[in-house]
Amino acid sequence: MAKIHVSTTVNGDAVEFLCNPGETLLDILRNDLQLTGTKEGCGSGDCGACSITVDDRLVCSCLVLAVEAEGKAIGTIEGVADKDQLNVIQQKFLEHAALQCGICTPGLIVSVQALLKENPEPTEEEARYYLAGNLCRCTGYDKIIRAVLDAAETMRGAA
Amino acid sequence: MPIVDYKVPVSVDEAVIMLKGCNTAVKILAGGTDLIIQSKPAGSDPLTVVDIKSIDSMMTASIDDEGLTLGPAMSCAELTARDDIKSVYPGLIEAAYLIGSTQVQGRASIGGNLSNASPAADTIPALIAIGARCIIAGPDGERVVAVEDFVVGVGKNCMAQGELLKSIQVPPPEAKTSDAYLRFIPRTEMDIAVAGAGVSITMDSEGVCTAARIAIGAVAVTALLVPAAAAALVGSKLEESALQAAAAAASAASKPISDRRGTADYRRHVVGVLVKRAVSIAAQRAQEQ
Repeated sequence: MAKIHVSTTVNGDAVEFLCNPGETLLDILRNDLQLTGTKEGCGSGDCGACSITVDDRLVCSCLVLAVEAEGKAIGTIEGVADKDQLNVIQQKFLEHAALQCGICTPGLIVSVQALLKENPEPTEEEARYYLAGNLCRCTGYDKIIRAVLDAAETMRGAA
Repeated sequence: MPIVDYKVPVSVDEAVIMLKGCNTAVKILAGGTDLIIQSKPAGSDPLTVVDIKSIDSMMTASIDDEGLTLGPAMSCAELTARDDIKSVYPGLIEAAYLIGSTQVQGRASIGGNLSNASPAADTIPALIAIGARCIIAGPDGERVVAVEDFVVGVGKNCMAQGELLKSIQVPPPEAKTSDAYLRFIPRTEMDIAVAGAGVSITMDSEGVCTAARIAIGAVAVTALLVPAAAAALVGSKLEESALQAAAAAASAASKPISDRRGTADYRRHVVGVLVKRAVSIAAQRAQEQ
């Protein structure tokens, strides 16, 4: 089976890779591009651990073929922080202890970033519905939602 | 992996040639939220996927005096953000908004929901209610199929190999017409319909219902158009007795199964309740026009 050559950008950097037609973007990110911040949970689009953005649209990377990345702009958890400086959302997750095992956290942070870009002032209910596709089996969500609403408020103050 | 080839046509004609000319099994890739999961099991037959997202007309929607022309591969996220479409067909947008999570809506499409042909698909009753038609392109030209005839069984649609759902078209609604879609799930998000109801209601200035289309989902092998439920409403002012009669007609038309989401008896009852409530919502919307 001939491999397909794909040119794309990941977190603003031009990237090229070779993939099989059936390989998911999640597998290429983790195994070929060594961007292991994006996690594999269910592999069927239910848990949101593999959340990334494609042309600024939030998607599950386990449900995207790697070949579909051609010419697109991919955003992953590795692009959220500014070098060593944590993003506000990451900082608030730390302050509110909005994580325990941490597997869901990268996907959540990417999703929260997409949420706050679309809706800088979400209500608690809006935040909970938007993030319903990001499952956490440890925290029970309350701390996560507190971190999200605090991050939103902080970002509005800074804007 | 079972997917052995990936093709990217840039026109409908090119897609039809690619679909017809494949020497393996071939599937059309839109958002992939069903297809990529279905292609994962090892040992399945080699599969070619034809990604239709580089065909411009597949990814756009327009609404004007001629009605709605919807690109089948447009993502639900893009569709639900379209206020011009939502103001005319709020029920269709409600259905699209219920599909999966934010992430899934970022990829999933109406054409995919329709073609995947799940009995519990949310957008199918909503599309039937508003009289949507499928424009199917194939090697022998185009044909038009009403949405209620497009799905022919569990996971089966009426398209032959080489055919492609080119466009979904909805005629412009009459004055004082609106739609609504309701589904029941045991929670409020991220689940599959136990029962669903899509309705379109036309009212006159006296508050009399002059036309109705009632469709039900997840209570039979395919979503069903229920003319008897519509007939119970037309000519009435949607009094309780008319609503009850429509609910009873919907329950009677349903042929549900029992599974872990609900028993057949429960679904038969709930689908009637959903029809009643959706009719009230759509009528309210129609009268506010």
